[in-house]
Parts: sequence; structure tokens; C-alpha cells
Amino acid sequence: MSRAVFRNPWLPYALVAPQIAITIVFFFWPAFDSLRLSLYRASPFGDRLIFIGGGNFTRLLGDPAYFRSVATSLGFSLVVTVAGLAVALLLASLANARIRGLAVYRTLLLWPYGIAPAVAGVIWLFVFHPSFGVLPYLLSFVTDYQFNWFLKGWVALTLIVIAAVWKQFGYNLAFYLAGLQAIPGSVLEAASVDGAGPVRRFFAITFPLLSPVTFFLFTLNMTFAFFETFGLIHAVTQGGPGDATSILVYRAWKDGFDGLQLGYSAAQSVILMLLVIALTAVQFRYAEKKVTY
Amino acid sequence: MTRSALSVLVAAAVVLTGVPSTSRAATEIQFWHAMTAVLGERVNDIANKFNASQSEYVVKAVHKGSYPETLNAAIAAYRAKQPLHIVQVFEVGTQTMLSSGAVYPVYQLMKDHGVAIDWNDLISPVKGYYSSTGGNLYSMPFNSSTPILYYHKDHFKKAGLPDKPPATWDAVESMARKLKTAGVKCPFSSAWPSWVLVENMHAYHDQPFADNRNGFDGLATTLKINGPFGVKMMERLARGAKDGWFTYGGRLNKAEALMTAGECGIFTTSSAYIGNLARASEGKFAWGTGPLPRLAGFPQGNSIIGGATLWVMRGGKPEEYKGVAQFFKYLASTENQAWWAGVTGYLPLTNSTAKALEASGHYVKNPHQKTAVVQMNAGKTTPNSQGIRLGNFNSVRDAIEEQMENIFSGNKTAKQGLDDAVAKSNDILKEFAALYR
Repeated sequence: MSRAVFRNPWLPYALVAPQIAITIVFFFWPAFDSLRLSLYRASPFGDRLIFIGGGNFTRLLGDPAYFRSVATSLGFSLVVTVAGLAVALLLASLANARIRGLAVYRTLLLWPYGIAPAVAGVIWLFVFHPSFGVLPYLLSFVTDYQFNWFLKGWVALTLIVIAAVWKQFGYNLAFYLAGLQAIPGSVLEAASVDGAGPVRRFFAITFPLLSPVTFFLFTLNMTFAFFETFGLIHAVTQGGPGDATSILVYRAWKDGFDGLQLGYSAAQSVILMLLVIALTAVQFRYAEKKVTY
Repeated sequence: MTRSALSVLVAAAVVLTGVPSTSRAATEIQFWHAMTAVLGERVNDIANKFNASQSEYVVKAVHKGSYPETLNAAIAAYRAKQPLHIVQVFEVGTQTMLSSGAVYPVYQLMKDHGVAIDWNDLISPVKGYYSSTGGNLYSMPFNSSTPILYYHKDHFKKAGLPDKPPATWDAVESMARKLKTAGVKCPFSSAWPSWVLVENMHAYHDQPFADNRNGFDGLATTLKINGPFGVKMMERLARGAKDGWFTYGGRLNKAEALMTAGECGIFTTSSAYIGNLARASEGKFAWGTGPLPRLAGFPQGNSIIGGATLWVMRGGKPEEYKGVAQFFKYLASTENQAWWAGVTGYLPLTNSTAKALEASGHYVKNPHQKTAVVQMNAGKTTPNSQGIRLGNFNSVRDAIEEQMENIFSGNKTAKQGLDDAVAKSNDILKEFAALYR
């Protein structure tokens, strides 16, 4: 790789300064403020600020509902990520084939990514609504089972997973398509000559060569499922029924902005932050070893 | 996001939207509200009418989103020391506002500016809810409603039921069962699950909701909803959900979509829903209203009010407060009160407003709007029915609705669910009490 050389020693710093400033204002400052606030019992209007040390954390860790939320978040993120990547890879492989009208297919497949999570939520809400949704209506011909996600936790969770996977689908597909196109045709041809069928070619050549893309998408989708599904959940289930879809980020928001328990909410965001840092570190530490660039 | 980051954003928003227009020398008064659609237009109407009626002050009505969003915006603005004068806060925020030390009590504001308003003319449920223990009014009553019962006349006919709303829960159950048999998809449902089916039902049957007289005598720290009454009420609803005569339609006012679509036979929600239902049902189906059903064997209380009041925030300039006092005086006139109640369908807040509406024949033309008034007049004001004042009430309501879902889905028994709701709520209430010890 060639080294870029700046003649003015300050220029590179000046060029990165805006980015650094944005990171400080919108990440470091709020993050440190959360850290500070998590040690206090704070009143909504700021008239009372009582230092309680680890009080918010012991309250959290003494609440079984919080651990349920941790489990829900991890399970939810993993399912969204794995299902999302599998579907995207499958369709990307198909879209990579030489077929007529490919450009149209690709454009159509990329579309969902252009939709805001909350809007995606509302779309799926109409599809799934127990009373006027299309899907429950169609299912009613097949089974008597009531798919009412206002009351059934697993239905609500499934709905959110499907909506999240669909929402993130276009993004994953774009990266997989780019990855597939970067695989030299000669390698695949050589394998064909050696007698490898399409399935064998996929698992022996394509999939390993796509591992950097998969790794990148895995990390990104986990973070997406952890944080950005907020809009989806807020629009559709509000964390319910019971606390079935109350993932960590939704809980932190609800206790902070709906419930105005600011210190308690800050403690949750601190734990959330640590959790995501740990998750990303683990991914880089262990998963990256298996990646061939 | 943290509060300082939020304050910065809101402060920026305030600076961008709140720059006084230089063309007018009038003092500007910021009025933040949460009214949407038609109601939002009516709020603008009041502000415009007041602005046209005099030249010293200009009331700027600004929509700030939902009730919680509006409250958050006001909190952020206050903390960022950006003056804001009037904010509309929903009834669950009452204790938060009272404890905050950030508000200029309305009775004090009016006294300081020599504006006399006959507070005794306020109907007692309203006055009771928003006054301090000494009977001083802390916020300006604005939009109040109370839950009532709605029924779908066409469904009733189809099920062979008389054209009369059920007066008791026994009747609700037996009628809803018949509606179900007749093929009605949603025999009975309710919006605002906690507000209607728990909070109001306790008050309506003179049952305590929380300790310290529902938080009126001091900060409440214990909920009382897992007593025999609460359990009986929840057991009936759980049975309804299981047998299919009660359709749970979601938290907040989500279930209203079912009634609006004409699917429900019997429905309970706020009296402020009349306008929406009237518009949605036009030419499609006939409906009627009645008072909330009663549970046999429990004493008479009264339903409680929901809605919002206007709070005056500290930190403004004296001449601005003079303007706020003038605006409230304008609002309080019987003429304006009657106009507001008439066009919005909210409860008339004063006795003279109710009389004026009656005299003008308003209730003959809008009979459903009278249902809530009749219901409240027929009730008995007791310590249990004057209202509920809790810190962090929004979180408490959420804890209750979460467990109601567990009860209705059959995951928990009524008793177990209510016990769990109480345990979580008590934890939330104790946190609030610890702040203001």
C-alpha cells in the first residue's frame, strides 16, 4: 500500500477534526454523562440529584425481569443476524446468476433498506394485525389457532424478527452481491472442472471466500438488532405482551423517557454499552481468526 | 441519550422556533401542547382568538408531540434554562409536576396578578385532582375526560339484545357471550387497560388504589390493587379472554381501532373518543353510550378524570406571567369554556359551563356528550374516587398493563399477576419517594 504524505503536518489533523468533534459531542460526552448519571438518583426536573453509588445497578441486577431482557436481547439479535444473513446470502447467490432482468431484481431486492424501521414496523403491523391484518385472515383458513400478538409473546417476537430481517435484508444483500462478484470466476471454473457440483462449490469456495463480508455483516447486524430495532418495537409491540419484546435498548428508553427514572435508565445504558463493547471485542478476537482476507 | 445531550437538542430547537418576531412589540408567551389533528386546530383557535382580543401579548401555541414527549420537551427546556411559560401535562404527570419545584402554582399566579377566578365553580372531581391538600389549585384545568361505555347497536340487534347499554359487569358478560354466539368478532374490549379497568374501576367502586389516600396525603409507596376487588375484576376479564367474549386490543388507546372499525359490541374508553367514533361510524353503524358498568356487591364511588392541565413553568419574566394570567382569565370565561367543551367533547370543567351547555340545547344535539356528565354527577366523591396521584405514574401504569397482558394470556393467575404488578410498582414508587424524602 502506498503511503499518503501531507506536506503540512497539521492538515491531516484538520481533516479528521470534524469527525472527532462529532464523535466527542455525540458519543463521548453523552457516554460519560450516562456513566456519571448512573450513580445518582435523579429527579426529572433536575432539582434533586442524590448520589447512591451502585444503587441503580444493584436494583437492576436484583430484578429478574432485567435478566429476562438480557436473554431476550441476545437471543433476538442472534436470530435476526443468523436468519438475516442466511436469507440474504441465499438470495444474493441467486441474484448473482446470469438471468434476464437481473438489474430489476437487484433493485427490487435492495428496496426494503430504504425504509425507516418505524415505517417497516407499521407495514408489518398491518400485515399481522390480529383484527384487520392480511396474514391472520389467511391463516384462519388453515388453522383455528389465534395468532394474537397482543397476548402471545412468541408471536410478537416472531413478528419483530421477521420485520427486522426484512428491514435489514437489502443492506446484507448488497454486500453479499458485491462479495460474490469479487470471487474470481476462474477459481469456480477450476472447481467445476475437478467435478464439484454447485453445492460443493458453494461450501468449499464461495462461502470461505465470503468470510470477510460475513464477519463484517455479522457484527453490523448484531449492533443493528441491539439498537436500531427500537423504532420497530416502539411502533409495533411497545415491549409487550408482558415483557416479551422488551429488549435492553427499549427498556432503557422506556424507564428513562417514558418513566423519567433518569439515573436508573442511565445505569441500563451503561450496562448496554459494556455488553456491546464486550460482544464486539469477542467477535474480533475469535471470529476474525477464522476469516480469510 | 443523556439528559444534557437532550437539553442541547431541545435548546437548539427552542432557539430555532422560539425567536420572537420583531415586527410585534407584544410579549410572547410559549404554550406547548400535545393536542393533535382537530384538537390541535382548536388549541390554535383559542390562542388566535386570545391574540386578536388584545394587543399586549401573543400566545404561541406549539405542538410538541405526544403527552410524554411534550413533558420531556418541557423538562429539557427548563433544565437548559430556556424560558417556556405554559405546558400541557397529562394527569399521570401531576405528581411529577407537583414535586418538581419548577412550577408556578396557578392559584398563586392569579393572586399575584390580581385576577379573580371563582375556583369553586370547578366541578369537584377536577378541582380535587389538581389542588394541593390545602385546596389551592396548582394547574389550570384544560381538557378532562372520563371513561364511559359504548355499544354497537347493529351488533346488539343481530344478537337479539335490547337497545340498552349493560349497567353491570354481569350484564356485560352475559351480553358479550350472546354477541360472541351471534358471530361478533370483538364482543367486548377496552382501550387504556390500566386507566379504565384498574384505576377507574377501583375509584368507581370506592376501593383504594394506593396508600396515603391514593397519594393525596403524601407520596404513595404501596399499590392496593391486589385486594379482593382487583382480583375479582381481573378474574372476570381473564375468563372473558379465555372464553372469547373479551378481546384484548393492546396498550394505550390501541384497542380503539377495533371499535372504530365497527368490530366491537361493547367497548369502554374515554368520553373524548365520541368525536372520533362519530366521524368513523357515519353511514356505517349506529351506536350508543352509557355509564361504566358496576360490579355487584361493592360500594358506589365515582369515575376519575383523565386528560391534561396547563402548568406554568418558573424562570420567565414578570410581564410574561402577567400575560399568562390574562390568557388563563380568558380561558376561564364561561363563554370560552362552553365553546371548548362543545367543539372538543371534553367534560365541561365548571358548573356554570355545564349549565350553559344545557341551556343552549347542546346536549339535545349531542346526547352522548352528556353521558359522562351524568355519570360523574351520579357518583360519590370519596377519598378513593377523587383521583390518583403517583410519582413515576407512567412507569407504574406500564407495570400494570404488562401484568394485565400476562393475566389475559393465561400466563399468570389474576392474583399472581396483580401481586407482581404491585411488587414492581412499589419499587418504582419507593424510588420516587426516596427522591423527595
